[in-house]
Amino acid sequence: MTRHQHGTAAIEAMFARAKTEKRAAFLPYFCIGYPDLRESLRAIEAAAALGVDGFEIGMPFSDPIADGPTIQAATQIALDNGTTVRQCLAAVRTLREKGIHQPMLMMGYANPLVAYGADRFVRDARAAGADGLIVPDLPPEEAALFADSCAREGMALIFFLAPTSNDERIALATANATGFIYVVSLTGITGARKDLPIYLTDYIARLRAKTDMPLVLGFGISTPEHARQLRRLTDGFIVASALIRAWERGFDNMHALTGEIFAAIRDN
Amino acid sequence: MTDMYIQTDLSDLPDERGYFGEFGGRFVPETIIPALDELEAAYAEAMADPAFHRELSHLQRTYTGRPTPISYARRLSEALGGARIYLKREDLAHTGAHKINNALGQGLLAKRMGKRRIIAETGAGQHGVGTATAMALLGLECHVYMGTVDIRRQQPNVFRMKLLGAEVIPVTSGSRTLKDAINEAMRDWVTNVETTFYLLGSALGPHPYPKMVRDFQSVIGAEAREQIQTLTGQLPEACIACVGGGSNAIGLFHAFRDDENTELIGVEAGGRGIESSEHAARFADLDISRPGILHGTRSFVMQNEDGQIMKTHSVSAGLDYPSVGPEHAHLRQLERAYYTMATDEEALEAFQVLSKMEGIIPALESAHAVAEAIKRAPTMPRDSVLLVNLSGRGDKDLDTVIGLLDD
Repeated sequence: MTRHQHGTAAIEAMFARAKTEKRAAFLPYFCIGYPDLRESLRAIEAAAALGVDGFEIGMPFSDPIADGPTIQAATQIALDNGTTVRQCLAAVRTLREKGIHQPMLMMGYANPLVAYGADRFVRDARAAGADGLIVPDLPPEEAALFADSCAREGMALIFFLAPTSNDERIALATANATGFIYVVSLTGITGARKDLPIYLTDYIARLRAKTDMPLVLGFGISTPEHARQLRRLTDGFIVASALIRAWERGFDNMHALTGEIFAAIRDN
Repeated sequence: MTDMYIQTDLSDLPDERGYFGEFGGRFVPETIIPALDELEAAYAEAMADPAFHRELSHLQRTYTGRPTPISYARRLSEALGGARIYLKREDLAHTGAHKINNALGQGLLAKRMGKRRIIAETGAGQHGVGTATAMALLGLECHVYMGTVDIRRQQPNVFRMKLLGAEVIPVTSGSRTLKDAINEAMRDWVTNVETTFYLLGSALGPHPYPKMVRDFQSVIGAEAREQIQTLTGQLPEACIACVGGGSNAIGLFHAFRDDENTELIGVEAGGRGIESSEHAARFADLDISRPGILHGTRSFVMQNEDGQIMKTHSVSAGLDYPSVGPEHAHLRQLERAYYTMATDEEALEAFQVLSKMEGIIPALESAHAVAEAIKRAPTMPRDSVLLVNLSGRGDKDLDTVIGLLDD
């Protein structure tokens, strides 16, 4: 499949397509450089071949305050492997050259991006073929760092909402958002969880009442059963720590889980 | 002296977004932004309430032992043959360091907000001990995150915290020092934000912490400015304080900010020397330190060219941190304050000199400030005055120093 759209438009097209199939979009997370550069690219290619809807492409940081032990350990391994922002951008370019067409959202903490140069990063990410940017320590009030360059390049700049977000916060995030709202499922850090929070349906309904933006759920989504529960509830979801944990028992095990989660939202 | 020691001036920085010029702000996950808003509102309300000031002031007098005195370091000054060196004795505050000022202030605020679970980070253990003490006094639950490297080198403070009823949670991630303890405390706060008050110990982190911690520490400078004039009839030529995150320094500097003839000097940890790259001198080594974002605030950050945070080194756990409070970055940019550094060796020398000549064993952190006074005093005339913030006492450092002096 060739890419007809780029940036925010490609992300919108992704949700439109999932909607015609009456299901949420599935965006697995992979950190460039974990367990090494080659294997991280292989994982993304394999998931792309399954037809997953999009990717969250992790760029490692030494002090990831929103992340639990699993992603902390994985991103530290990526750093020990010498992974840099420049390499992450090169990885996206390589994946595009290999024909991977799904939307890719670059996820990284603010400091490495600022060190690279905020404007320069957005420009280079767009040129490499990325479609959006997720910065977990960048609330809307500090968005000026990236907002202009993202708007200029047509890149989606993703903001978060959490169970603690009040109406004022919801209004601020949705007024600034492009692409989608990253809905943090729980009050906490990333990491695989046994169950989804019981308040999820009410929580999503509360957000739906305030915005038409696509809602993508993240944090704690771990199993095909979780995916089935989310299939009609959200516009998309991200799975990260659970895939890394599955990877501890081998690439095939991780890839199998990716496939099972994707299958769970497609069977009727 | 007045009761309104907590100085805050709304015309002052930070601005409403928490910026001191181009430094500061709020770079944290969305989950805790509402808690920062709540904290900011509760703090503003408390500051407008005379009853809050009265309660804190009462505890400062009857519990902390404020005002702490100023001591003239006569033998040291005479031996150096220059400026007269005066010491603001925060080491005499209850728990042995200035950290109690902020712990009590935030502790009262937490209680006012109805938060019963308190978390804190600690490097040298002084903030941990201050917090554990304040929580014992106020009857609140206390959990302190501490890197395992610091647990090893500050054993007495670990015992003290446990004795005071706090849980000490070892942090094994990253460099296992203060930076990583803050990471873990922030992760705890993100998870338990609805029930938990994060009692941050230095003038850093997301707004409103840099302002709030400064305000609670400003009692140091407010007292010292009156005391030094009473004792000497003049304002000091310079105020000198060590700078890790920078809370004792900003607490001293704040009262002198409009005294144009008083130089403000912050002393960072030079570790094994700038050329070794093993230090925590954020303002001295601009090859590896530049404006960046760490722990929710924009300030100077020691980082590699790819923006990854660097490991730091200092003989003193309390200065061993890769960033610095945003107001210091701003004061430096305005050239209102000047920042220099003292190496491990210079601090150890000052530690011994002050012990032998004045009968005061300083914390290794504070010994960095004493080292700068020792360098400066001989170059200054006899009628000039240097005011050094002796931010803490050195009992906690005896194991470290004995080990190093034996080598």
